[in-house]
Amino acid sequence: MPRKTSWTSVNDQLTRYLFIGCAVLVSLVILSILWFVGQQGLATFRHVTPLEFFTSSRWNPDRGQYGILTFIAGSLGTTFIAIILGAPLGLAGAVFMGKIAPPSLRSVLRPVTELFAGIPSVVYGYVGIVVFVKIIRKTTGSATGFGLLAAGLVLAVMILPTIISISEDTLRALPDSYEEASVALGATRWQTIWRVLLPAAKPGILTAVILAMARAIGETMAVQMVIGNSPLFPHSLVTPTSTLTSDIVMEMGNTPYGSTWNDALFMMSVVLLLISLALIILVRLGIQKGEAK
Amino acid sequence: MKAKQTDALATLLLWLAALVIVGILAWFLFFILGRGLPVLNPQFLTGPNGVGGQFFNSFYILFLSLVFSLPVGVGAGIYLAEYAPKNKLTDVMRLSTESLATVPSIVLGLFGMIIFVNVFKLGFTILGGAATLALLNLPVLVRVTEESLRTVPASYREASLALGATMWQTLRKVILPTALPGLVTGTTLVAGRALGETAILIFTAGMSVSRHLFDLRLTAPGETLAVHLYAVQANPLPGTHAGRVANGTAALLVLVALAFNLLLALPSRWLQHRLSGKRG
Repeated sequence: MPRKTSWTSVNDQLTRYLFIGCAVLVSLVILSILWFVGQQGLATFRHVTPLEFFTSSRWNPDRGQYGILTFIAGSLGTTFIAIILGAPLGLAGAVFMGKIAPPSLRSVLRPVTELFAGIPSVVYGYVGIVVFVKIIRKTTGSATGFGLLAAGLVLAVMILPTIISISEDTLRALPDSYEEASVALGATRWQTIWRVLLPAAKPGILTAVILAMARAIGETMAVQMVIGNSPLFPHSLVTPTSTLTSDIVMEMGNTPYGSTWNDALFMMSVVLLLISLALIILVRLGIQKGEAK
Repeated sequence: MKAKQTDALATLLLWLAALVIVGILAWFLFFILGRGLPVLNPQFLTGPNGVGGQFFNSFYILFLSLVFSLPVGVGAGIYLAEYAPKNKLTDVMRLSTESLATVPSIVLGLFGMIIFVNVFKLGFTILGGAATLALLNLPVLVRVTEESLRTVPASYREASLALGATMWQTLRKVILPTALPGLVTGTTLVAGRALGETAILIFTAGMSVSRHLFDLRLTAPGETLAVHLYAVQANPLPGTHAGRVANGTAALLVLVALAFNLLLALPSRWLQHRLSGKRG
């Protein structure tokens, strides 16, 4: 091909570099978040030892006590409840949509799950306060109704779209021959689902659950509205407590930038960031393992 | 015959699960709209304690965030789908995009606060809010772009390149037009999600609204509808009918979410069907 610099080929090169630039820019965002938020957070350890920070549940910034164990327990507790309640329901919904629902019903159900994802998290939190918290107060005799259970319930609804859409995509992507072979051997539909399809879809289902965990642990507004916001270790499911995210929202506005208290809140967001990065790496490893098979 | 009974039972339970899921959503909509719709009238937007400013800010910030994120996100998606070689660097790019997608929005909010409030000393502004919100949109736009470009058959590219078109010409005249319905659907879903975002905006756009309705200044504080619902719920000011405002705002947010999902996502899906049906 003759090497001729025409306007067309210059244009071609220019746009190519433009697209590379965009991709590099997007990749740099996560690094700058780690850099800026990390720097701010690590400043905490000039005044607090990491050991105290991670293993103490005493959070009294006025008296110089910065232990975030309560918030970690709160975040893990709400996430756990959400997964226990939401994952089986979502998975059942995905199996129904993928394998049982007639096509016309499925075409209705798909937008329905997307609508779940479209409802703002403050609205979930609002319904949580107005309904869930009241019901919990009445049925358990708890003083306020706020706590892990209320937050877990709200989160269980919020993770449904994540679980459903990823699991269903995985189920539908399985080769038809799996199902055909199983049915040809005389298996019932349920035996086929339980013994063939679900085991084959396991990597995808695990991905769905891990991403749902990431969503639950990072959810802020809905949790903040129903958790009760008191820095007390959650000894029961229905006493007010706090999570990493809810405490950051509550206290960030009242603390001067650069104070140890403020830095500690940034360090809590670093913990959140590291948890979500760990989860995404877990997903990647799972995918690679699935491909290797 | 035990297997048949188990099968029937399982089928029943799965139907039940689907009913529960749809039931939760239906009850949710019914509940929010039932409480909020009676409150909604023109006064609710323009009257004293009206949320007209917040309503405007929601869409203004959304629009600006898309202006910031759409070119970069689509550009990066094009690179990953069409140009990127299979190597370590591309893997790193994908990993960082996926990581960005899972960063909790509160962390993005704090990052935006460091940059716009503390480093640039802008205070809580529409600009800071929109730019930080753009970070939430970016990874989803990259993925949506990449996915819709991948659905374009390889033969289209080959045919165009074989005719002597450059890569850019192929992209502009062949690939992008074919992938457009997917891009539109994806962008709609991104926009719907950004419109309801709260945690990012509390610490970047702030919780107060300009005194002037339809304030276009980028440095004005920009409380949105979703942030407003949080604010009236957290600090109900006496004499402002906070309960009514909360009910109405929640209903308005749900209506907007419904509108985005139904009015925009469905026609573009229909377009997708039609285009693929006619060309396929």
